[in-house]
Amino acid sequence: MIDKGLREQLRLAHESNEYGALLALIPYATLIGIQCHREADGVVFCLPANRDNIGNPLLPAIHGGVIAGFMELAAALQLILFTGTGQIPRIIDFSIDYLRAGLYRDTYARCQLWRQGRRVTNVAITAWQADPGEPIATARAHFKIDEHRSP
Amino acid sequence: MPDTALLQQARRFISALPHCQIIGLSVTAIDDQGVTLVLPYSPLLVGDPRSGVVHGGAVTTLMDSACGIATLCVLPQFEVCPTLDLRIDYLHSAQPHKAVFGYAQCYRVTRDVIFTRGFAYQDSVEQPIVQVVGTFMRLGKAINGHPAAMQGGQP
Repeated sequence: MIDKGLREQLRLAHESNEYGALLALIPYATLIGIQCHREADGVVFCLPANRDNIGNPLLPAIHGGVIAGFMELAAALQLILFTGTGQIPRIIDFSIDYLRAGLYRDTYARCQLWRQGRRVTNVAITAWQADPGEPIATARAHFKIDEHRSP
Repeated sequence: MPDTALLQQARRFISALPHCQIIGLSVTAIDDQGVTLVLPYSPLLVGDPRSGVVHGGAVTTLMDSACGIATLCVLPQFEVCPTLDLRIDYLHSAQPHKAVFGYAQCYRVTRDVIFTRGFAYQDSVEQPIVQVVGTFMRLGKAINGHPAAMQGGQP
């Protein structure tokens, strides 16, 4: 359950389109360096190029696990920040297809909520680098939404 | 675990991957059947600050690395094997303040791809917290390490 203070921070973040303070509450978000901003046609998540995220030093390329973590986190944030459920989603399962090498560059992601049920949500995530038309990975996640129980 | 050539090769491999070093991954055991890695608990990996549980992304990195290193167990010579896909089932929540172990093995090797599977656990292999399957591309030793050869789906 998102508490009142967090809800207020969420409101301020939406007003200013500045989500850094909110993301800073999640240590893993800080570790990989995920960012988030609203654009006219939806939310874009960004993972700025960071040496610490490299998995293949030869190319160099971002670790596949970091790309997956970035996309999983983007999906969860999309739910937390923009569905107004006031609940923290719990991941059930996650599936990712790697389409191209994730080079040592800025990486972006967008999420699509295909189905928001009472208990389970299905989110598709697409990640790209230079060209949104050439994604480096697509992923799908199911989240459990804790049902609100009256006392 | 005896200090075998395979163990040395696996440790050299993981020590060359910067992000694996950042999150503190290491190889605890490897033989021709499979490999076990360990992810030490760190507050830096927490995904839910209320519970202190590590984020799924850190566990995914553990399992992607474990499945990737498991290819060393079945290939006669080192080949670069990028991940084609990965599927993770979160069976139970991880417990905070405890390391996560990741075991992976290859269950089918073909000319082009390697099918891997594994699981993550904390207290006991009998109580997995995560189950994973992953498919890896074989790029062959001839083009081993050549950057142009590692551009996944590009022509």
